[in-house]
Amino acid sequence: MSYYKPKFQHPKLPKNELGYTVADYDGAVSTLCAGCGHDSISAAIRNACFLSAIPPHRIAKLSGIGCSSKMPTYFLGRSHGFNSVHGRMPSVATGASVANRDLIYLGVSGDGDTASIGMGQFVHLIRRNVNMTYIVANNGCYGLTKGQDSATADLGSVGKYGTKNPFDGIDLASLAVLQGASFVGRSFSGDKEQLEPLIRAAMAHRGFAFIDVVSPCVTFANNVGSTKSYAATRENLDAMPIDFVPMREEIRTQYKEGSSQTVTLHDGSIIHLLKARKDYKADSREDALMALQKANSTGKVLTGLLYLDPNSQDLNQVLELASKPLNSLGMDELCPGSRVLKSINEGLR
Amino acid sequence: MKQIKGVNDFVVKFANVNGTGSASANHLFAKAIFRMGVPVSPRNIFPSNIQGLPTWYEVRVSAKGYLGRRGGVDLMLCVNPQTMEDDIASIEPGGYFVYDSTRPLAPHLKRDDITTFGIPLTEMCMREFKVARLQQLLKNVVYVGALAALLDIEFSILKDLLNDQFKGKEKLISPNVHALEMGYQFAQENFKCPLPIRLDPSVIDAPHIRESKHILMNGNTAAALGAIYGGATVAAWYPITPSTSVVDAFSKYAERMRIDPGTGKRNFAIIQAEDELAAMGIVVGASWNGARAFTATSGPGLSLMSEFLGLAYFAELPVVLIDVQRSGPSTGMPTRSQQSDILAAAYASHGDTKHVLLFPATPRECFDMTVEAFDLAEQLQTPVIMMSDLDLGMNDWMSPPLEWDDNYEMSRGKVLDADALDTAQSWGRYVDVDGDGICYRTLPGTHPDKGAFFTRGSSKNDMAIYSEKGEDYVQNVDRLLRKFETAKSYVPVPKVHDPIPVAKPKTKLKLGALFFGTSASPSYEAVEILADEGYPIDVMRIRAFPFHESLDAFVHEHDLVFVIEQNRDGQMRQLIMNECHIAPDKLTSVLNYSGTPITARTIARQIRQALNATSADIVKLHPETA
Ligand SMILES: Cc1ncc(C[n+]2csc(CCOP(=O)(O)OP(=O)(O)O)c2C)c(N)n1
Ligand code: SF4
Ligand SMILES: [Mg+2]
Repeated sequence: MSYYKPKFQHPKLPKNELGYTVADYDGAVSTLCAGCGHDSISAAIRNACFLSAIPPHRIAKLSGIGCSSKMPTYFLGRSHGFNSVHGRMPSVATGASVANRDLIYLGVSGDGDTASIGMGQFVHLIRRNVNMTYIVANNGCYGLTKGQDSATADLGSVGKYGTKNPFDGIDLASLAVLQGASFVGRSFSGDKEQLEPLIRAAMAHRGFAFIDVVSPCVTFANNVGSTKSYAATRENLDAMPIDFVPMREEIRTQYKEGSSQTVTLHDGSIIHLLKARKDYKADSREDALMALQKANSTGKVLTGLLYLDPNSQDLNQVLELASKPLNSLGMDELCPGSRVLKSINEGLR
Repeated sequence: MKQIKGVNDFVVKFANVNGTGSASANHLFAKAIFRMGVPVSPRNIFPSNIQGLPTWYEVRVSAKGYLGRRGGVDLMLCVNPQTMEDDIASIEPGGYFVYDSTRPLAPHLKRDDITTFGIPLTEMCMREFKVARLQQLLKNVVYVGALAALLDIEFSILKDLLNDQFKGKEKLISPNVHALEMGYQFAQENFKCPLPIRLDPSVIDAPHIRESKHILMNGNTAAALGAIYGGATVAAWYPITPSTSVVDAFSKYAERMRIDPGTGKRNFAIIQAEDELAAMGIVVGASWNGARAFTATSGPGLSLMSEFLGLAYFAELPVVLIDVQRSGPSTGMPTRSQQSDILAAAYASHGDTKHVLLFPATPRECFDMTVEAFDLAEQLQTPVIMMSDLDLGMNDWMSPPLEWDDNYEMSRGKVLDADALDTAQSWGRYVDVDGDGICYRTLPGTHPDKGAFFTRGSSKNDMAIYSEKGEDYVQNVDRLLRKFETAKSYVPVPKVHDPIPVAKPKTKLKLGALFFGTSASPSYEAVEILADEGYPIDVMRIRAFPFHESLDAFVHEHDLVFVIEQNRDGQMRQLIMNECHIAPDKLTSVLNYSGTPITARTIARQIRQALNATSADIVKLHPETA
C-alpha cells in the first residue's frame, strides 16, 4: 500500500470551476507496491481531471488486467469503472463509446495488456479512432504475474533475476503514430509537470489519444541494467515539456517567440510545446517517427506530445451516429411497428 | 415399372455446380410451389466454396405440411456430372431422373427401376442465347420450365416471380421467360406430362398453413428483424457462415428503418470487429452502458467468445448472442448444419458458469425469441444465447407470419436512474434485495455522486468493493445460482402436444420424445409415422435452458424418453441428465450428425430399432409396465 489517504478534507482545499476539490477525484486506497510508478499516473489522472474540471461521473474508466489495470480503482471513485478482460479492454471501450457518445472514456492498460495479448485489439482501436484516452503504464514487464519480460522490454534490458532480454522491444508510441493514431504522446510517471498537461490535452482531444507512460515496476524491473528503472529513465530522459490551456481559459503565460510551438485542438483548447525544435512539427507523422527512431537508436527516452491531428474523424462520426446517445433511444425511435411488419410479411408471400 | 405416385407429396432434389446461378432458379421453383399454396420446404446443401464444387437443393412438398426433411429422393434433377453416379443411386425405386442430355448418359448409369428424362439443356441454350453468361444461367431456368410441365406448376406464377425478381432490370425478364417457355414446351412435346407425382393446390391436408397465411423466410432474416424490433442499437460481429446473414439483414433493415428522420443520422451502430473476441467485447461494453447489443456467430466464434461470456456472467451484463450452429471446426463442414454447440454454449467459459439458451424452431420463433432474448438478458442481467442452426438460419421456411404488438415495451430489468438513486435509502450493486438473485444495476454517468461502482469479475463483495474473501465469493456465486433458478420462470416454456390416439398400441411402455429447434419438424412427423405403426409417443419440444420443471415431470412420467438431436454426443441428453438428475438409461439418443438435416425416416428408424433392442432391458427396469 503506497499511501494512506485521510478521509478528512481540508476546508481550504481549492475548488475547480464545478466546485469540486481534488479530493472529489480520489479513488480507493491503492494496493500497489510502495513506489510503483502506476500510483503516480493515478495521481496525475486525478489532478488532470480536477484541473480540467471534468464532472467525475461523466467519465467512464476502463481497463484490462494487470497491476496497471487495477489503477482505475485508485482514482475517480465517482466514476463508473470496468476491469474487463486481459488485453480486450479496447473492444469493451469501443462498444461503450458507441453506446453512449456523451461520456468521456479513459482506458488504462499495461504493456503486457496492450503489446502482447491485446496487440490485435489495440491496433484496431487505433484504426477505428475511438473517441477515448488510452494510457499504457509501461514497465517492460508483467508486474502482476511476477516480473516476466513483456513485449516492450528493450533488447538487452536486464530482468530482476539477471537475464538479458533477447528480443527487440515493441515501441508502442511509434506503432501508434504509424498506425494512424490521431494523438500520440509519451511521458514518464516521474514527470508530473509533463504528464498532467499531456493527459488533459488527450482528454480534450476528439478521437483516439494514446499516451505511453514509462512507469517503473519497483518490485521486478527497477534493478541495475533494466532500461525502465527510475534511474535509467531519468538518465536517458529527453523531455519536451508542454503546457495545456483549455478552451475556456485565457492565455496567461507569454511564451517567447520561436521557442514554442502552438497546437489548437478541435474544441479550441491549446497545447504549447515548450522548447520547440526546428526539426519537429507535432502535426507531422514523419517528424514524429524520425524523432522517435533517433531517440530509440541512441537509447534516449523521448517524451512529450509526439503527434496530433486535431481534425480527425472519430468513430462516432465515421458511423454517422445520431447525436442522441444510442443507449437513451426509446421504442418510438427504434421500433418500426406492426404496420411495417405487415408489409414485410406481404413481401415474403 | 412401378412409378412413385403422389399429389403434393414428394421430394425433388437438384444436383448443381456452385457458382452457376442455380440457387436462384431453384428458389424460383420452390417459391412457385409456395405461391400455389402447397406446403413446401426447400434446403440448400452447399459446399464451403465459391465456385465449381457440387451443391444440392432439396425441395420437399408435403400436403400434410411437414417441413422437416423426409429422407429419400423421388425426382432428381442432375446437371452436375461430378456427382451423377451417386445422385442417380440415391433415387427411390420408381422415382424420376432428369438430366442434361447434351451429353449422352453413360450406359453404366442407367437404372431400369426409375424413369429417365433427358433434356438437352446446354444445346438448347447455346442455340437460343448469344451471351455466354446467359447460356449458362438460363440452363437452370429451362429446367425449371420443364419441371413446371412435369409437375403441374402454374406457369403464370413462375412468370410473376420472374417479374418480381427482375424489377428494375427489365431487360432480363424476357430471356428468362423465354427460357422457361423453352423448357415447358420441350417437356410437353417429349414427355407424358404431368407425372404421377404432381401438384394440385385444391388438395391440401394442412389447413392451418393456409389459414394462417404463412410466409416464406429464413431464420437469420427473422432474427435480424427481431433485433430491429427488440430495440438493439449495437451489433458487433465477425463474418462466419452460417451466421453472416443475420448481421447483413440487420444492416439492410437498419439502413431503412433506423435513420433519424430529422438529421439523417443513424440510430444504430454496426461494427465489423477484428475477430469474435472483439465482437463480444464490443457487445459487453455497449451492454455495460445500457444499450441493447448483440452479436451473431457460429461454433468457432463461440469458442473465441468464451472468455467474455464468463466475464459477462460474473459481471452480470446483458449480452445477446445468436449462435447459428454448424458442424465442427473451420475445416470441419462449415456449410453443413448441426446442433452441436449445446454444451459449449450452456457452460461456456471459466469457473462455474451457466447460460440461458433459447431454441427457436421456426423463423417466427427466431423473430420472437430474439426480441425475448433482449428482454431476458436485461431482466436477468446475464448472457442469453439463441441457438439457431444453418438449416433454420439460411434456408427458407414456411412460417406463420411475424406479428408485433404495438404496446410492447422493452423490459429493461432492475436499473436505477438518478431519481431512484436519490430516493433509495441504500444501494449495493450485488445486494439481493428481492431474494430472486437479481440485483439493481446502475449505468455509467447516471448520477453526480451516487451509484458509481467498479465492474469486475467475481473478486468483490455485494457492495461491489474488491474482495478476495472466500465467504464473499461463495455468497456471490450462490446468488448467481439463485438467479439461474429464477430464470426458469422467465424463459419460454416447453411446448407439449396432445398425444396422437393409437387404437391398439403395440407396447405398454409409456414413451416420450424430447426435441428442439430444427429437429422438431421431422420429429413430429416421425411420431405420426410411429403412431400409425402402433407406437404412441408423447412429445415435448424444449424451447429454453434452464429447463422448466415440466421437463423433469415429463421424463419422470415416461418409461423411456427419446432425445432427438443433431450431434454425435447427445449433448441435450447430457444436459438434461446433468441438470435434472435423471438416470442415464431413461433417456435414449436419436441422432444424426452427418451435416445434412435429420430426416423423419431416420428418426422413425432409430426409434423402432431402439424399441426392439431395449424392450428386454426396459422390462427389467420397469417390470410393472411389461
Ligand atoms: C487470459 C489471461 N491470461 C493470462 C492472465 C494472467 N495475467 C494477469 S496480469 C498479466 C500481465 C500483466 O502485465 P501488464 O499489462 O504489463 O501489467 P502490469 O502488471 O505490468 O502493470 C497476465 C499475464 C490473465 N489474467 N488472463
Ligand atoms: S509488481 Fe510492479 S507493477 Fe505491480 S504494483 Fe508492484 S511495482 Fe507496481
Ligand atoms: Mg507491465
